[in-house]
Amino acid sequence: MTGRDRSGGTRAWGLTVAVLAALAAMWPLLPDYNQITLARVMVFAIFAIGYNILFGYTGLLSLGHALFFAAGLYAAGLGARDGGLTAVPAFLAGILAGAGLAAGVGALALRTAGVAFMIVTLMFAQAGYLALLYFNEWTRGDEGFNLPAASRTVLGLELAGADMRYGTALALFALATLIATWLARSPLGRVMVAVRENEARAAMLGYDTGRVKLAAVTISGAFSGAAGAAYGLIDGYAGATFASVQYSILPLLWVLVGGAGTVLGPLVGAVFMFYLIDLTSGLTDAYMLVAGAVLVLVTLFAPRGIMGEVRRRVARWLP
Amino acid sequence: MAAMSGPLLRAEGLTRDYGGLRAVDHVDFTLQEGEIRALIGPNGAGKTTFVGLISGRIRPSAGRVRFMGRDVTALPAHRRMRLGMAYTFQITSIFANLTVWDNVALAAQARRGAQGLAEATDAALARVGLLDRAGQVAGDLAYGHQRLLELAMGIAQAPRLLILDEPTQGLSDPEIRDFVALIRDIARGATVLLIEHNMDVVMQLATRITVLNFGAILAEGAPEEIRADARVRAAYLGG
Amino acid sequence: MDFGPHLMLAAIEGAVAAAVLALTALGLSLVFGVMRVVNVAHGEFFMLGAVLAWAVAHLVPGPAWAGYLAALVLAPLLVGLLAAAADWVVLKRVQYDPERTIVATIGLLYILQQATLMAYGPEARPVAAPFDARIALPWPEWGPEGLVLTWPWGLGTTAWKLVVIAAAALLVALVFVLVQRSRAGLVMRATQFDRETAQAFGIPVARVFALTFALGAALAAIGGVLVVPIQQAHYLMGGDPLLLSFIVVIIGGLGSLRGTVVAAILIGMSDGIVSVFFSPTLAKILATLLVAFVLIFRPQGLYGTRAA
Repeated sequence: MTGRDRSGGTRAWGLTVAVLAALAAMWPLLPDYNQITLARVMVFAIFAIGYNILFGYTGLLSLGHALFFAAGLYAAGLGARDGGLTAVPAFLAGILAGAGLAAGVGALALRTAGVAFMIVTLMFAQAGYLALLYFNEWTRGDEGFNLPAASRTVLGLELAGADMRYGTALALFALATLIATWLARSPLGRVMVAVRENEARAAMLGYDTGRVKLAAVTISGAFSGAAGAAYGLIDGYAGATFASVQYSILPLLWVLVGGAGTVLGPLVGAVFMFYLIDLTSGLTDAYMLVAGAVLVLVTLFAPRGIMGEVRRRVARWLP
Repeated sequence: MAAMSGPLLRAEGLTRDYGGLRAVDHVDFTLQEGEIRALIGPNGAGKTTFVGLISGRIRPSAGRVRFMGRDVTALPAHRRMRLGMAYTFQITSIFANLTVWDNVALAAQARRGAQGLAEATDAALARVGLLDRAGQVAGDLAYGHQRLLELAMGIAQAPRLLILDEPTQGLSDPEIRDFVALIRDIARGATVLLIEHNMDVVMQLATRITVLNFGAILAEGAPEEIRADARVRAAYLGG
Repeated sequence: MDFGPHLMLAAIEGAVAAAVLALTALGLSLVFGVMRVVNVAHGEFFMLGAVLAWAVAHLVPGPAWAGYLAALVLAPLLVGLLAAAADWVVLKRVQYDPERTIVATIGLLYILQQATLMAYGPEARPVAAPFDARIALPWPEWGPEGLVLTWPWGLGTTAWKLVVIAAAALLVALVFVLVQRSRAGLVMRATQFDRETAQAFGIPVARVFALTFALGAALAAIGGVLVVPIQQAHYLMGGDPLLLSFIVVIIGGLGSLRGTVVAAILIGMSDGIVSVFFSPTLAKILATLLVAFVLIFRPQGLYGTRAA
């Protein structure tokens, strides 16, 4: 990961930039349908990047990230619908909502650890989901609502077209990836990994591990909120489904499959699972069967995920 | 750092109960800057609990700890480390999945931030002779090297007080010889408090010795005095 | 109807909910207590019990009660076998690591739920109760001639609901006897107390775990069978029992069977009663928040002694 070898750093950055360049090169080549799908996947990959910061780097397994995604989605969605926010302020409101809620939930949930932390985050997210249903006059519950067209323009360009969706999603994904790569190699990133590896030792080196974990939850929530807001603004829709348990499980699945604690794992996992589920849903309504099966298989046979295995076997320098 | 009057560390009436058991019993303890102090005593005398109380890993039931003239009793361990303590665990505790370099960098970063991190890390590794293994995964190191790595982490923290809990446990004789030289070297820049069972090491290193028995101080003095102390011989050295 | 009789009806609904919940949650509690793992797929075993009850009831010819009785035996048995297999194939291989077990059982949840969707379909299907009788309930009132019993119109319940309460109570008592008095229970408690020592004393820990997991699942399945004449069988019906069992097990104190039963009665009754008078969604919001705060501030729950 980090280390004395500066060339490892160059290679790591190089690979990240190459992947982003490849995604950009595909832009004009893809048909509309694939642009829209891949735009969605990239937004979910931002969500997964956020999840990875907490789970992959800091070692905290949350089962409640749908709450932060939905916070961003609804902050942007309701802000646009009721507050007349335009795209950029709505997006920023989504980030703030995700980060703020994550900081609050984190401050409480981090008093626990391990299994209790998983259940507490699950319960908070469930309470949030139920609250969205309970206040359905305002949130429109499961049915959801469309975002006003006025909120979906950036610099005079409409977000609704396939081209713009892909471009916007790519720009945000690239930004998220670069920030995450930088974070992973930053002093804070190094301490997050230290907390994951050996929390007692990190504390005895002088690190306030409680604060590090809270920072990780908050940053993770900010990314999740950003993803939720981006999803709402790009697809033009907000609904309570995105707050349900399934959307807490999916980022876990993406990160596990792609490789926890790797920079490109979230994208790889999201792409892999999205197309696998997409393929299955053409065959059966029970498409989540695939998600369940992959979850079990990864846990049993590939706990490091795809990029984790690549790092272990081929390229130790992999970011 | 501002000049300090008085001792580097002072414990007053330090006490720790576990249920009905009193592991540390009203210990008054003073450590002067520049000492190498050995803490000895039979198994279960409360040595590890005592250094735990000083480092802040364990909360005291009663008593106070002052470090560099400041009352640190209420401070959690990580704040005390920031003030200038370093602590190595009795059982090797490193970041086993990270590289040797990252382990030491984490220690250096805690004290100095990102500024001059690489230089400080390399310097600490060079001092214990692990610089050529910087890229290895720490968990793959031999046991003796892992203990050296812990020492390098202690050095990188640039502490005023280095607490070592049985640093030579499980090492071979040649390794112990190197270790003793290294600790002596470290002691030129930091005060050292070490728990040690190996009496040869204690006699070679310590400038003063404190003997703990049943959670209380039984004796304290220069190595020769302790060696001559009849009570210590009875309680610990076995006559 | 007056408030009093209305409350009594609500209390009966609450008692049914509490009884089924106690049974289901006891399964989760047992698994956590002995194996120290959280089984997220527990609600699906409940669902499978109900769905299998429908299947068995439709395959067995003859009167409704015969099919139902067959289901009452077969469904828990099949679910128990399935659970034992899951333990052997999945849980044992992740060495019962708490976090990996949760992730794996989340996967199991989706596998069971979605496989049911494929095999059984998205419809909710009813299963007839073995007998169909309504009981009118008396209501005591102080009149001018002292205490009299009246039979207000609408104050009544099906006999089946009372049977559910009785059957669940009986089964809960049986589980207690099994765990606290029998040799099998002794072996389970020894394993719970200290896995390594139990192994050293020749207790086949792997088999104890598989059996415990099967028993826990079978209890949930019985809950599903008991409830299916009241609530139709549906592939998504495992969600609520899972959530409520979590709530009950955590509030009762992780691993404490007594706490689980007390909390089940408390939660089941109040959930039943609150849901009659208030929004069930609001009740669930409060319950989930309660669980979160219990885990944060009182992790030992009502009766537990050890934290999670």
